[in-house]
Amino acid sequence: MNKINILVIGRHQQITKTLLNLVNKIENCVGLSALTDDDAIKIFNENKIDLVLLSSGIPEESEQLIRKNFTDENPNIKIIQHYGGGSGLLNNEILEAMNNPTITV
Amino acid sequence: MERKDFIKKGLFGTSMFVASAAIGNVIKNEIDELQNLDAVPITENILGFNHLPNNNSKIMENIILHKADTRGNADHGWLKSKHTFSFANYYNPDRMHFGVLRVLNDDSVEGGMGFGTHPHDNMEIISIPLEGDLQHKDSMNNVAVIKSGDIQVMSAGTGIYHSEYNKNQDKLVKFLQIWVFPNKKNVTPRYDQITLNLADRHNNLQQILSPNQDDAGVWIHQDAWFSLGKFDKDFSIKYQTKRKENGVYIFVLKGDLTINNTTVNTRDGIGITNTENIDIKAITQDAEILVMDVPMTMA
Repeated sequence: MNKINILVIGRHQQITKTLLNLVNKIENCVGLSALTDDDAIKIFNENKIDLVLLSSGIPEESEQLIRKNFTDENPNIKIIQHYGGGSGLLNNEILEAMNNPTITV
Repeated sequence: MERKDFIKKGLFGTSMFVASAAIGNVIKNEIDELQNLDAVPITENILGFNHLPNNNSKIMENIILHKADTRGNADHGWLKSKHTFSFANYYNPDRMHFGVLRVLNDDSVEGGMGFGTHPHDNMEIISIPLEGDLQHKDSMNNVAVIKSGDIQVMSAGTGIYHSEYNKNQDKLVKFLQIWVFPNKKNVTPRYDQITLNLADRHNNLQQILSPNQDDAGVWIHQDAWFSLGKFDKDFSIKYQTKRKENGVYIFVLKGDLTINNTTVNTRDGIGITNTENIDIKAITQDAEILVMDVPMTMA
C-alpha cells in the first residue's frame, strides 16, 4: 500500500514537532514538517506530498502564498486546516481529507 | 458568580512541563505524546472504525437524536470516554460535528491519573466538571483545580500546552470536554474559569458561556451560548435561540425529558436546527441538561 505523505506546516515549533510525531505514528502515513514558508515550498517541490496540514500561527498572507504555490504545482493537492493541536482530531482530519475528494483548498 | 484566583507560578515558564514530567507517579499517561496511538490504517475505502451505526439518528428534518449508547467508546483503563462526535480513534463520518460544536466527550478518569502535557491550538475548549476535582496546569502558568459547579475555558489560538489530571487518588473525576471551532484563527491563547451558583439553574436555564466578555459565564471566540438547567418533574421551559442562524444541541446530563416532543434520556444528545423556539419538559425529578446554541456554519 502506498504511503500517504503529509506535510505539516506551523509556526509553533513544539506543536509542529508534536504533530509530526503523531502523523508518523499513524500506519501508512509519513510526515514532513516546515516552520517557514520557504521551507514548506521547498519541501513541497522536492517531495510527492499527498496532504498538507496547516497548523497554528500561520498568518493569512502566508497561508495564501502557500496555497497558491502548492495548487499551482499540483491542482489536486489536499490542503486542510488542522484544529486542536494534538491527536484528538488528527486521525479524523486525515481520514476525511483522503476520503473526500471535494476537500482541496 | 465568583472568578477564582489562579495560582500563578511565573518562575515555572516552560520548565513547568519538566516539573510535570518529574511527577510521573501522578501523571502516568500521555495520550498525545508518550503513549503510542493505536495504529490506524488509512485506506481509500475506509468507512470508519469503532463505528456504532445509529439508524435512528435522524428522526425529523431538523432534529438529530444521538442516543447515549450509540456514542463512540474509548477505554484506556485509567480513562473511560464516550464520544458524541468522532474523536481520536473513533471515526464515524455521520458523527463529525454539530455546526461548530466539534467535540463532546464524556470523560471519567481514575484517581491520580490524567492527561499529561499536550498541545492545543485553534480551538475553544470548555471543560465542565461533573464529579471530583480536576487539576489543570498550562503553559500560561495557570495552575488551578476545577470541580463540579465550575466552568473552565481555554482559547488555544496560536498554541498552548497543558496537563489535566484527577487531583484525588481515591475517587473518579468526571467531566465533559467540549471543543468548539473558533470564529477566528490564531488568537492569543487565554484561560479562564468561574464558579457558578448552582441554585441559579434550578428550574431555569443558567447561561454559562457566551461570545461576550461582559455577559454571564465564560466567553469564547465564537457566536455560541451555553446554558445549564436542573428541573423539577413536570417543569416546562422554552428556549429561544440566540441567533436565527444557530442550531441548538442539548445534552442530557441526567434524567428524562421531552424536547420538542421527542423523549430523551440520560446522556442522550439532540440537535435541533431551523427553529427559534424549543420546548423542554422534565419527565423525571432533577433532570439536568446542557444547552449549546452554536452557529451551524463556520464564519
